[in-house]
Amino acid sequence: MIASIILVPLIGALINGLVFASGFYRKVLGGDEHTEHRISGVIASVAVLISAILSTLLFTRLLSMAPANRHIIETLFVWIPSGEFTVSFEVLFDTLSCVMALIVTWIGFLIHLYSIGYMHGDKAYAKYFTYMNIFIFFMLILVLGNNFPLMFVGWEGVGLASYLLIGFWYSDTEKAYAGRKAFIINRIGDFGFILGIFLIFFLFGSVNYQEVFAKALDPSFITGVSGAAITAVTLLLFVGAVGKSAQFPLYVWLPDAMAGPTPVSALIHAATMVTAGAYMMSRCNVFYSQSPTAQIIVVSIAAFTALLAASIAITQNDIKKVLAYSTVSQLGYMFMAIGVGAYTAGLFHLLTHAFFKALLFLGSGSVIHALHGEQDIRNMGGLRKYIPVTAITFLIGTLAIAGVPFLSGFFSKDEILASLYDGGYTVHWIVALITVVLTALYMIRLYVLTFEGKSRITDTVKKHIHESPYTMTIPLLVLAVLSIFGGYVGVPEFMGQVVGIHDTNFFEKFVSTSILLDGTNHIGHRLLGHWTLVIFSIVAALLGILIALYFYLINPSSADKIAENEVIKPIYEGSFNKWYVDELYDYMIVRPFIYIAEQASRFDQKFIDGAVNGVASALKEMALTLQAAQSGALRSYASLMAIGAAIILIFIVLWQF
Amino acid sequence: MVTHSNPVYSAVSLVLTLFSTAVLFVLLHADFVAAVQVLVYAGAIMILFLFTVMFLNIRPEAFKFDSKYMKFKISVFMVLLLFAGYFASLGFSMGLKRHYTESVDFGSAKGVGTMLFTDYLLPFELTSVLIVAAIIGVVAIAKRRDG
Amino acid sequence: MAISIEHYLVLSAILFLIGAFGVITRRNILVVLMSLELMLNAANLAFVGFSRALDDMTGQIFMIMSLTVAAAEVAVGLALVVAIYKHRETLNIDVLKLLKG
Repeated sequence: MIASIILVPLIGALINGLVFASGFYRKVLGGDEHTEHRISGVIASVAVLISAILSTLLFTRLLSMAPANRHIIETLFVWIPSGEFTVSFEVLFDTLSCVMALIVTWIGFLIHLYSIGYMHGDKAYAKYFTYMNIFIFFMLILVLGNNFPLMFVGWEGVGLASYLLIGFWYSDTEKAYAGRKAFIINRIGDFGFILGIFLIFFLFGSVNYQEVFAKALDPSFITGVSGAAITAVTLLLFVGAVGKSAQFPLYVWLPDAMAGPTPVSALIHAATMVTAGAYMMSRCNVFYSQSPTAQIIVVSIAAFTALLAASIAITQNDIKKVLAYSTVSQLGYMFMAIGVGAYTAGLFHLLTHAFFKALLFLGSGSVIHALHGEQDIRNMGGLRKYIPVTAITFLIGTLAIAGVPFLSGFFSKDEILASLYDGGYTVHWIVALITVVLTALYMIRLYVLTFEGKSRITDTVKKHIHESPYTMTIPLLVLAVLSIFGGYVGVPEFMGQVVGIHDTNFFEKFVSTSILLDGTNHIGHRLLGHWTLVIFSIVAALLGILIALYFYLINPSSADKIAENEVIKPIYEGSFNKWYVDELYDYMIVRPFIYIAEQASRFDQKFIDGAVNGVASALKEMALTLQAAQSGALRSYASLMAIGAAIILIFIVLWQF
Repeated sequence: MVTHSNPVYSAVSLVLTLFSTAVLFVLLHADFVAAVQVLVYAGAIMILFLFTVMFLNIRPEAFKFDSKYMKFKISVFMVLLLFAGYFASLGFSMGLKRHYTESVDFGSAKGVGTMLFTDYLLPFELTSVLIVAAIIGVVAIAKRRDG
Repeated sequence: MAISIEHYLVLSAILFLIGAFGVITRRNILVVLMSLELMLNAANLAFVGFSRALDDMTGQIFMIMSLTVAAAEVAVGLALVVAIYKHRETLNIDVLKLLKG
């Protein structure tokens, strides 16, 4: 049954791809474009819906099982029967993969629904849905696989789907380059990942989760493995996560990935693919919890990434770019939690982030759709009265991500901050807190500049503004509801106790059965209590909101004036230009690499081609020379014969000696 | 013979050479062969040559060493002469037996005929076939084509 | 000095080389053919010489065969020369390069 969850999207992709995208339906069966679009959209969405329903059914089955036994394993076939290295196509449905599968399939379904409206009129409609289904297929393999090679198959597959979808409108070369950039940077991470898998096999003799983790938990085995080896494994796997989940220094592909259609950004680069790294590291909790070195590195890189991305987001003017950097920043939060060992906290934030980030992206898509392609917020403003549904849902998403109390984001973010403090990572906690301020700042700025204030839209656009169709607004509403109430599955204990409810943190209890080794180490003495930390985060969020409101709503031109200020201006320029990281990469890495490639190409042309052609021309020369012997002149024939005979005679004579 | 510019002179010299060879055959107690040599070689073949030379009305050409690598060819020739001389000295020093025995009917027509018609009958018949083929070939090649 | 077989062999060799020289050097086809005859004759001489030395009649028989073959070859060769001359009006083997290539 688990296998069907994975296979149904594949079937959807095959139908869409082979029948519709290939032109078979139109050219051979004589269908028309309109019907084709309707059918392919429905097929794709229904496929994902079936997966979602099946996942939910399995979820209920898990609930009916005793907590300790909440895992279902199904083996389909043996994929690589190679002696000791035997890999089967095995699927594991435990609480961790259950949560991931539910997120992927349900949010995927909502986004497919949304895409039916958003991609309306696009020529390559069926191809789009084919790619989307392929993505869901691979993502499910990633989260449901029971061994590392399968996860890697899904890992690579979603990278491929991401490439295809980012560069979907490839006739614009910039968009195609964005897809290429994403794939290549992903590849760099994948390199680390593969090395990690090799090392795991080398150390543990298996790549199956149960076998590897059992050995890793066994004290008598693990003492034989050096700590450095475990750290190496964790760091190599982390390299993969850095690439896939856009942490520093491999985050640069994510902002460029906004070149793809907005639903793609919502699904892949907000809710699912980029969270694969977090899933992978949570799955490998046994390793990370045993390697303090790796933990510090992970938390530090994550904190740095969160702050860096937020610092860029506050100056960006493209609505999608702001959201992209916001995603990088929020992923940093998830990894901070994972680095500290609070895996459930990170996963909880993954869940809530999926809700509100998908909502925000889909909302921005709705705005872009309404404004017929405008993405620069400097040309927006006052849209609330034109597209109210979009505006309200977008506001809800904004407040959720900012960490306003009682919305989902508040609970998840707070848990992360608390775990940072509890783990003794005070510096990182401060950094995270600053990032909260910045997050609230740039999100409110985004909302205000887009929907409030004086309208800066052009008149031609004003004539055509309309609210999006139902296929687009319904997902927005659903996600808005989830953003508000979705956090209540994970209310921390100390909060629930205030109202007298116990066992409030259902999420943590549920998921923690899959976390085999807890990695948190609580500091003994706490300076600040639970509630004090909560107050800190609320104040931080409010601070950000107020700053943004002042500069963008109450006193709109003051923001520009500040940017002109002598001291602020370089900081502004730096932030606006993404701190020149892309340019740095270009000079330090891309250009030398291209230079080496060109040298290699020249070498290849001169020497290798030269050698091959040289052989050919040498043979030709020889042939031409020998041709002279075929002159037809009898005398030379005769003389050559005589000379030849003489030489043979001489040889025979000399042979006597 | 090889250096005459006039081919007729060459042909006549060749006749003389063949005749001398026949004399040598006599010295070797091979009378029948000598006779055959005179009759066939010097008699028939050279006549044929002379006929052709005169029929084709060839003017004497200047015997020029006009081919390339002439020096090279001459030097090869000299080397070969040297080797011939070497063989000669080798042969002379080794020396086959001085007294040559001779069987009965050695070199006489009777001896040749006996061998030809008993041991070597097949080659004999084949040469006759060969001559027939040659005749037919010559007629086919050299006949007039028009009409 | 008694005339022994070696003398005949040396003579045969010299005659052969002279014939080879003629084949290589001369331009006129007919003279080339005549030199060819000289070479064959030299070989015949060697045959008969060995026949004497080894007291075996086979050598003389073979010489007769060789002579016959030479005769046939001359006949055909001259017929060819005549045919070529009728076609090309020349007997210069440097010009007759139809075998080229």
